[in-house]
Amino acid sequence: MTDPQHAATISVLVQNAPGVLVRVAGLIRRRGVNIHSLSVGPTEDPSISRMTIVVDTAPERTEQFAKQLRKVVEVLRATSIDSTPAVDRELALIKVNVTPGTRLEIMEIANVFRASVVDLTDKTMTLEVTGRGEKVDAFVTLLAKYGIREMARTGQVTLVRGAQNT
Amino acid sequence: MARQMTAAKPSPSAERPRQMNGAQTLVEALRREGVEVLFGHPGGASLPIYDALYDAQDIRHILVRHEQVAAHAAVGYARASGRVGVCTATSGPGATNLITGITDAMMDSAPIVAITGQVPRPVIGNDAFQEADVTGITMPITKYNTLVMRAMDIPKAVRMAFYLAKTGRPGPVLVDIPRDVSQELCEPDFDEDPVLPGYRPVVDGNPGQIAEAADALSAAERPIVYAGGGIISSGATPELTALVERTGIPVVLTLMGKGAMDETHPRCLGMFGMHGSAFANWAINRADVILAVGVRFDDRVTGRLKDFAPHARFIHIDIDPAEIGKNKPAHIPIVGDAKRVLAALVPLVRPPKIEAWWKQIEEWRERYPFRYRQRDGRISHQYVCDLLNRLTGGRAIVVTDVGQHQMWMAQWYKCREPRTFISSGGLGAMGFGFPAALGAKFACPDKQVIALVGDGGFQMTLQDLITAVEHGLSLPIFILNNGALGMVRQWQTFFYRGRFSSSILRNPNFAKIGEAYGARGIRVERPEEVESALRTALETEGVPCVVDIQCDPEENCLPMIPSGQSVAEMILDD
Ligand SMILES: Cc1ncc(C[n+]2csc(CCOP(=O)(O)OP(=O)(O)O)c2C)c(N)n1
Ligand SMILES: [Mg+2]
Repeated sequence: MTDPQHAATISVLVQNAPGVLVRVAGLIRRRGVNIHSLSVGPTEDPSISRMTIVVDTAPERTEQFAKQLRKVVEVLRATSIDSTPAVDRELALIKVNVTPGTRLEIMEIANVFRASVVDLTDKTMTLEVTGRGEKVDAFVTLLAKYGIREMARTGQVTLVRGAQNT
Repeated sequence: MARQMTAAKPSPSAERPRQMNGAQTLVEALRREGVEVLFGHPGGASLPIYDALYDAQDIRHILVRHEQVAAHAAVGYARASGRVGVCTATSGPGATNLITGITDAMMDSAPIVAITGQVPRPVIGNDAFQEADVTGITMPITKYNTLVMRAMDIPKAVRMAFYLAKTGRPGPVLVDIPRDVSQELCEPDFDEDPVLPGYRPVVDGNPGQIAEAADALSAAERPIVYAGGGIISSGATPELTALVERTGIPVVLTLMGKGAMDETHPRCLGMFGMHGSAFANWAINRADVILAVGVRFDDRVTGRLKDFAPHARFIHIDIDPAEIGKNKPAHIPIVGDAKRVLAALVPLVRPPKIEAWWKQIEEWRERYPFRYRQRDGRISHQYVCDLLNRLTGGRAIVVTDVGQHQMWMAQWYKCREPRTFISSGGLGAMGFGFPAALGAKFACPDKQVIALVGDGGFQMTLQDLITAVEHGLSLPIFILNNGALGMVRQWQTFFYRGRFSSSILRNPNFAKIGEAYGARGIRVERPEEVESALRTALETEGVPCVVDIQCDPEENCLPMIPSGQSVAEMILDD
């Protein structure tokens, strides 16, 4: 789980080229810092990808990380977003054990979190939830008692609010 | 060596005049970058490249005997001349032998391009014979690297490599070329510009920040300039000198900054840091405004960070934004090229009132100059360094190895011009000195180049004496032979109660080794023989001269600020 005291978000736009992910991850690893989550995906321009990286580091060090990342030739932009109002979301798929007795109960919890059931068998239910990391954490905690068989989380994606670019 | 699988046919020039293979394309691309010399060693994966070099009359390939030498020589070449140094090696072990030199170039921001052969494309990733993931290995030690997968991409890769190596903050770039790419025929386009949307070094400083810096300096009572290697990379010596002459502000230099300003200039206090002068260390630590230019606040310079210049406001100029605020917060950060920023700054600074400050500095300077004593019948390392300074007038290019001798030379050799002191600073790589001197001599054949090495470090790369002999280089190599890994022995003396664990050396007869290679060899055992031996070596033409100087094994390099401590803990005397 992320400790919000020591988690910082950096958003990085990169040229879609071989090795870029390794370069970016390597730069962070070299500074002895753990990557809490890293998500990569295309942007509105197919030649450019966005990486959203959450690192376990004190906020005052994030600008230094962003500066180091900007030195990677394929990095077009690297922003430390902690002081900027932003929206961040994460998606999780959670496969829990169900019995005829718990099924409704779980669906009620899912309702509260606006999670949806994406797969159902007589023994398992797979739920999809999106939200901020804390919301996903809370959802996971509530489901734990039914027995989580598997879980996959995307890691956080973030955009700055309003007209300003991330 | 694997048998050649697909022989590249010579291009049938009549119908397709512009067709050439990847290796020929590489050579032509290097030619277009103005490459005259490259240092390297061949092997299976680079055979096609060597075949193409065979035809290139205008590009000299210097065959070294170990690839480590090729990389260090490229750095020496680059730092002596300001041009990009080039080295080449085959795949696998050839490429991994370059690693130390590439890392040195990264740490000391030297512009070099390394070209490595790679196994053929179809077997990449299969643990083929002599395969190593060289772009993977060198990722953290290069400014950029690339694996070229098509012959037609070679021109662009080479242009990009040279452009990245020499612009912005200089550094090493590696181009890895699979053997079958070197053999593949293509119709190269040499004019295609590399597209680098993410690479835009800022060269002009922010005018508002520059004005603020000028105000801070004008109002300072105890200002000082902390000048580093960035001034040399940027060619900013005239601007720095102009600033100092206009304002009277004193200057201290880092090891990498030696040569950034004439050290005999009265305003220049020379080197500070772990083995810098006491007065230079006192001066920077008492300063109220510090203009740091082209420096990175290395721990060998600052000691314990929180106690470094505790009363100062820092103005930090650097082309690399990531250096600013990395170790020490900058009150006035200025991202830009040192030459341009200083040029803009000079006219804005009003000379501050610093007579009292200078009086204090002069007092310190008089009280604690560098000094040494000659113990009976023993040769002081410092005497040799001092003498070399006097005999060359500080105008030779001095290339050192790493250890006590390096620090003593840094203390005693007073550089008059930029690019005259070349040493492995950030990495501190033993084995650097002699090969880098070799490279410097190829870059500046008409200048006096001297190598100053320790008995330990010289043995890491001395096999390339033969290369210097083969090319008839007038290159004196002075070995300050203290029968020890002297710097290690010194730390053991101070911090390990004199328990000399593995620091005492049994040495070969270096003069005879020199002679065996075809060089001149001189052995010096008594103080009164030193001067004539140095003169002979400096005057020896057409052949390297190995001078084995038996020095006082107990001499310690002082002053010293022990690692992680501050100026208050400086050890001044034995
Ligand atoms: C490749 C490498 N290995 C080890 C060291 C650690 N080291 C620093 S100085 C030194 C001693 C060097 O001895 P020598 O070359 O004789 O020079 P001296 O200090 O005696 O002048 C050593 C072992 C190093 N800097 N580089
Ligand atoms: Mg020694």
